[in-house]
Amino acid sequence: MAGTLSVAQALAYVRKASEPEEPPPMLLSGPLVWVRDNLFSSIVSGLTTLAFIALALWLAPPAIEWATTLAVWSAPDGSLCRQHQDGACWAFIAAKLDYLRFGSYPVSERWRVEVVEALGAGLTLWLLWPKAPRRGWAAVMFFAVYPVLTFVLLRGSETLGLPTVDTLLWGGMLVSLLTAVVGIVFSLPLGITLALGRRSQMPVVRLASVMFIEFVRGVPFITILFMANTMLPLFVPEAWTPDRLLRPLIGIALFSAAYMAEEVRGGLQSLGRGQYEGALALGLNYPRMMALVILPQALVMVIPGIVNNFIGLFMDTTLISVVGATDFLEAMNNAFKDPAWSGPTIVASGYAFAGMFYFVFCYGMARYSAFMERVLAKGHRK
Amino acid sequence: MASAEGTRFNDPRLRALLYQAVLVVVVCGLIGGGAYNAYANMRARGIPLGFGFWNEVAGFDINFHLIEYSPLSTYGRAFWVGLLNTLLIAAICIPLATLLGFAIGVARLAPNWLLSRSALVYTNVIRNTPLLLQLLFWYNAVLKSLPGPRQSISLANAIYLNNRGLFLPSATPRAAAAWFFAAVALSVTAAAMFRGWAAWRQNRTGAQAPVALITAALILGGPAIAVLGAGAPFTFTVAKLSGFNLKGGIQVVPEMAALVFGLITFTAAFVAEIVRAGVQAVPHGQSEAAFALGLHRGLMMKLVVIPQAMRLVVPPLTSQYLNVVKNSSLAVFVGYPDLVQIFAGTVLNQTQAAVQVMSITMAVYLSISLAVAAALNAFNASYSWREH
Repeated sequence: MAGTLSVAQALAYVRKASEPEEPPPMLLSGPLVWVRDNLFSSIVSGLTTLAFIALALWLAPPAIEWATTLAVWSAPDGSLCRQHQDGACWAFIAAKLDYLRFGSYPVSERWRVEVVEALGAGLTLWLLWPKAPRRGWAAVMFFAVYPVLTFVLLRGSETLGLPTVDTLLWGGMLVSLLTAVVGIVFSLPLGITLALGRRSQMPVVRLASVMFIEFVRGVPFITILFMANTMLPLFVPEAWTPDRLLRPLIGIALFSAAYMAEEVRGGLQSLGRGQYEGALALGLNYPRMMALVILPQALVMVIPGIVNNFIGLFMDTTLISVVGATDFLEAMNNAFKDPAWSGPTIVASGYAFAGMFYFVFCYGMARYSAFMERVLAKGHRK
Repeated sequence: MASAEGTRFNDPRLRALLYQAVLVVVVCGLIGGGAYNAYANMRARGIPLGFGFWNEVAGFDINFHLIEYSPLSTYGRAFWVGLLNTLLIAAICIPLATLLGFAIGVARLAPNWLLSRSALVYTNVIRNTPLLLQLLFWYNAVLKSLPGPRQSISLANAIYLNNRGLFLPSATPRAAAAWFFAAVALSVTAAAMFRGWAAWRQNRTGAQAPVALITAALILGGPAIAVLGAGAPFTFTVAKLSGFNLKGGIQVVPEMAALVFGLITFTAAFVAEIVRAGVQAVPHGQSEAAFALGLHRGLMMKLVVIPQAMRLVVPPLTSQYLNVVKNSSLAVFVGYPDLVQIFAGTVLNQTQAAVQVMSITMAVYLSISLAVAAALNAFNASYSWREH
């Protein structure tokens, strides 16, 4: 106490009364504070905001009008679209939608495609829903039963009374989705095998896996497609020459298997040694250790990576038109060639629609992947 | 009780040998059978078996070539034209995509909500639509619907854009160019030496020099003095309308413009994501510690965050650069004559030598990939964290 007093005496001035209170800060929360903090936090930030608002006011109204009020929504042919060049031509999409969906698949048989699509959608939902019951069965159905069913339904079978449809007639979204599904169904098991091979103790197995993976990842997908299209028929006896649509499907399965293998390898490497040692200590042999202990953990961990791979795979399906398959984008390009529907706005409208189609699928998968990442992170925190 | 026979089969080493032997036999069988079939099929269809076509006359023209080429040139020459065109695309796209990608990545991390959201929308839209669709959009929907040469869109009356492509001014060196280049070399050397001296002095005494200012002054000032003293180093030729087309200058054909533009905007979205992920992966404590040391935001980024982020950014960035090389093969869809379009397309169709042509094409891409991978491994070895 005495010390404090002496300090006070030694100082020339000691405040006796407190300063008047500052007014309370005007706002601590609420939309205005959010605007101040996120849009006008500094002079540069404020100017950026104003520039963006100006840009939006300048660009957004014409873009929205182009797509909605000024657009031609229904027309018998392209003449109306040629008259209204300041709006999109959605009538073109409406007129060509059947071709964009099925290609030249016979009209009377298109219900088969719809059945396959509905089954695929249902199975995918079952498989991807984290809380769905019996997801193991969903996997078996998707990877074993569904491909066979798809093949029989789409190709046709005389014994079942379904007329055969030549693959040359297949096209549009059907081929895009089919290619994606084939890529997924075959690349995942193949990728897992390659990843296990790459982590194998056996040098020959390891070498073969590494060579395949690095070879495929080192070249563009187009060259794999060219190879499947031109070299594959040379490497098999003439009687076995693969179908024209089968060749790009083989190409995409091999291509995405290599990428899938690297994802799975990441999962395998992230498991601690203890998992392997524990499984061995229990007396499990290699197949059982992998099937019961390692892969269930490793695969779940890399679901986000695998889904991201599928997104790339789905976008890569556009490239199969280089070897003559008619995927959705190629069907769109073919539809542009119809002289009844030629006009400056039609190409832009068509690509805008195609962009939305791919975006909906890919962005959906990307959101799912992010969602799974959160779910998995939660599991780890426990 | 395992019998002696059973024990031997349970020996993991023996079993491993057995599995590997089976694999070797299967792979050899596949390769051998394939080779036999290929030989028989190629003989039956009259497809050439060797590489003799390399020196034969190609007979087709290529509308864009960096080295001398005519329809009388050989297939081998066409290969080199295609390879150089592929590398040209990569050389143009990689630096520009890096710049744009870093800018968008930084915008993604900016405190301004509108800026970061716009960057997010850009990366999401670009990354979730196929590159091919984007290329076709730029080529068919944008470049082809541009006005003709007479109504070109012009920038400062020097750069013209119309449906025949992009017209840039060309630069021809004059006599003064030698002085100009000498001045550039001299000022860059001087700037490098100054920076080295400043760093040395700062390490010794802690005294800082205005490094950025003096570097800029040296690099801009030296060449400026050369231009003032010796005159303009280049003659710029601007494209001029003559007849129905623009003449003079450098014409970037629409195919190349669409490919370059599409690849840059596409790759930039991926680069931006890599940059964002790299910066956000640096623990928050690092920037807090930097602030606590009294560094302001710019220095904090430069000295603390970016060096750590680079470690995470470089490996995926390299694989994006490889993707640019590989994605440039989509040139075949817009008709830009790259390696795949010329060699795996036209040459393969003309010679029918599928095996040889595809092997060469894939070997080229594979060597580029492996070379870059080796360089990356060397970088990782020297730059990686050594945690003990």
